[in-house]
Parts: sequence; structure tokens; C-alpha cells
Amino acid sequence: MIEIKDVEKSFGSNTVLKGISAKFEAGVTNLIIGGSGSGKTTLLKCMVGLQTPEKGSVQYDGREFTEMNFEQRIEVRKEIGMLFQGSALFDSMTVEENIMFPLNMFTEQSFEEKMERANFCLQRVNLEGKNKLFPAELSGGMKKRVGIARAIAMNPKYLFCDEPNSGLDPKTSIVIDELIKEITEEYQTTTIVVTHDMNSVMGIGDYILFLHEGKKFWEGSNKEIAHTDIEELNDFVFASRFMKAAKKNF
Amino acid sequence: MNFTNFGKYLLLLKAVFRKPEKFNIYMKAIFQQMNFVGVGSLGLIAIISTFIGAVMTLQIAFQLVSDFIPKTIIGSVNRDSSILELSPTITAIVLAGKIGSAISSEIGTMRVSEQIDALEIMGINSPGYLILPKLIAGITMVPVLVICSMFLSIAGGFLGGTLSGAVSPAEYIQGITTDFNPYTIVVALVKAFVFGFIITTVPAYEGFYVKGGALEVAQASTRAVVISCISILACDYIVTQLLL
Repeated sequence: MIEIKDVEKSFGSNTVLKGISAKFEAGVTNLIIGGSGSGKTTLLKCMVGLQTPEKGSVQYDGREFTEMNFEQRIEVRKEIGMLFQGSALFDSMTVEENIMFPLNMFTEQSFEEKMERANFCLQRVNLEGKNKLFPAELSGGMKKRVGIARAIAMNPKYLFCDEPNSGLDPKTSIVIDELIKEITEEYQTTTIVVTHDMNSVMGIGDYILFLHEGKKFWEGSNKEIAHTDIEELNDFVFASRFMKAAKKNF
Repeated sequence: MNFTNFGKYLLLLKAVFRKPEKFNIYMKAIFQQMNFVGVGSLGLIAIISTFIGAVMTLQIAFQLVSDFIPKTIIGSVNRDSSILELSPTITAIVLAGKIGSAISSEIGTMRVSEQIDALEIMGINSPGYLILPKLIAGITMVPVLVICSMFLSIAGGFLGGTLSGAVSPAEYIQGITTDFNPYTIVVALVKAFVFGFIITTVPAYEGFYVKGGALEVAQASTRAVVISCISILACDYIVTQLLL
């Protein structure tokens, strides 16, 4: 479980996060949603320590992350897997080298054991046999799936996904969403997904945190999101023609 | 570099020297970088050094018009100039362009494509993993290249001088073997060590803190080469002043 309390972050005079608090449980898919510039990615980066919040706390199962020193943070980060918006695969390495990289760095496993784990992760994301390809030879959806395979290679307790569906077609987006949900339930990870894709919200949003202009505006599940009277949230949820047309069915 | 940047540069260096996560992975990266910096640059350095030595000999011969000055002095001047100044400095400037821009653009591209963030999230000390192998390769291979450059520059002087008839082979060889002071080699190697440090760390700093996209990576690469060249010349003066 990850808990954030009163997280604030500014860039110069621009306050991006204004005192955000939330609890993200393990075994469910937690979504952070909001329009562009609402502070979703900044919140995610504050949670994983890529940015430092000016105020507030981030706790991983009760461990205060914001007050940890470098060595303590390293230990927590070994329990974190992250899928980046652009996949962030190491482009000088093959698919299997990308997946084996964290295993090479932090385990004493033999080459065969690491290869077995890499193959298992690739199988898990339906990319068997793609071991020797380089990231440049993969499609956007395949890169995301390799990113997920790399993220789960070390059996993470916490899984972060930054806009996993951006740039993907609707069908591939659903495949990625389902994969994230399956992994979360199978390994009971604390999964946090930053997205503005309403298909993901309606499909996998067990817990949803809605941000607007750096503030927490609403939290709830995908079953409740279409039934609120919060104007900002409704503007976001029913922005697309498809969702507007579907509104009468909710 | 202003003072803020210099402070950030020192903090980055501090992070570079943290304990490596896994020694054998770093060793592999160090050998790869040594191959890139040393073997990969040898051809270029060989061509440049040979021609510079040849041109130097011709120019010294052109300026020594007095009958009172023995022609053996051509070899002596070329030897000392090559060892003390031309080989270390020209090698460093050439490497700042070749290696420095490659380091800056490699690390900068990794920064803008979130690969450095991915390393951090995995719990890897990204400055150490990315910069330390390059730094070790720089401080070991630049002196090796400088030694090669010294030999080739003196050999180039021999070829240029004798083929043009500016100096006879016997006079040139007598010149390069007379009054040789081995301390000049020490000065050159100290310079090479300092230049190797600059060539790898300044571009790594520029790449590591790049923000934006392709344009900013290219700008950082250009800035890295310019700052490296200026730093090399400034350190050249300081080391010469201190050691001679």
C-alpha cells in the first residue's frame, strides 16, 4: 500500500501539486486521471522520487520515502517496477538484455536462471520469441509490453505506469490495460496508472483519483465516476462524443 | 560554466564515485569504453600527429636560416614541442570533438528518452553506471594515445624533413637524441591525465542535465565540445605553469 499526504510541488512560482492526499491499495488498479497539466505525471514522479515534493509525505507500506537517504531509497526502488510513457527501453540492448538488466545488476542468478526469467516475462506479455530484437525494431505496443516485462522482471511490490496507452490504437490499449490488471491481481502489486484514457478508466479503474489544476477533486471507482455532479469531473469524463452519447446509458 | 553549474558538476562527480552496484558489469563497460576511446580514436590521432610532426619540421627548418644554428636543432625543437605541447593538446582537442560530442549526445538522448529515469527507478546509481566507465577509459586511454602521438609526431617530422631535404636523417636523429629530458614525458602524461578527465566528465555533465528534445541534445553536445576545449587550454596553461 502506498499513502501520500499533503503532497505539494512547485516549479518556480507555478504550484503544480496543491496538497494531495490519497491511499493506493495493493491488488487493485489505482488510476490517477486528469486533463493535460493537471499534475498527474508530476505526482507520479514525486511518488517514485524522480522529483522531490516541497511538502508532504510518501509512504511505502509505512516506510517514509521522502525522508530516506540515497541508500534507503535504493532498497525501496528495488521493489518498484515502472512503465514509462515512451517505454524508456535501453536502445543499445536487445529485448532480452533489457529484461535481464535489473537481474544482472541486483541478483546472483546464473545466466540460465536469468534467461528463464526473461523468457517467462516475455511469455507473460505475449512476446515469446522476440528476445533478440532491438527496441528500434518493435512497434509502439510491443515496446510497451517489453517495458511491462522489464518492470515485472524483479517481481515488484509496486508497479507504476505513466500513460501506458498513449500513442496506441484502441485494441492494443485494451491489451495493455488487461495485462496491467492481470499482473496486479496475480502478484498483488500496488499498481498506480497515470492516464487520461477513458477506456482505461471504465475498464480497469478500481480506484480513481481525479486531479484538476493540481488539486484532488474526486476519488472513487469506475462504477461511481459517471454518477457525480462535480462539473470539472463531468467535463473530463464526458468530453468525447462517444462518452457523451453513452451518458444516457449510465 | 557559472558557479551554479560548477557546483552541480562537482555534485555529479561525487555521485559518479559512489560504490558500483556490481563490479563485473562496470568492468565490462570500462573495457567497452576503453575500446571506444582508445582503439576507436587511434587512426585519427595517428594521421593528425604524423602530419603535424612533418609540418612542424618544415616550419622550424624554414625559420632557421642562420648558418650559426646547427640543423640538429630542428629535431630537438620538434621533439620537445611534440612531447610537451602538441601531442597532449592537439590529441585532447581532437578527442574533445570526437569523444566529447559522442558522450554528450549519448547521455543526453538517454535523458530525454527517460532511460536515465528508468535506471534511477531500478535503484541504479545512474551517474556511476553511465559516467564512471567513460571517466576511467578517458584517464587511462588518453595518456596512451598521447604517447602514440608523441612517437608518430617525431616520426612524421623525420619523414617530412628528410623527404623534403630540409634536414638529413643523421642530423634529425642526432637532434632528437641530444639533451633529452625525460621529465618532459612526465609533464605530458600529467596533462594527458587531466585532459582525459575533462574530455569525459564535462560532456557527461552537459548530457546528464539536458532538458528538452533533439535540439537541446544537439546544443548540449556543441556546448560540451566548446567548454571542454576551453577547459583543456586553461588546464594546459595551469599544469605547464605548475610543473615547468
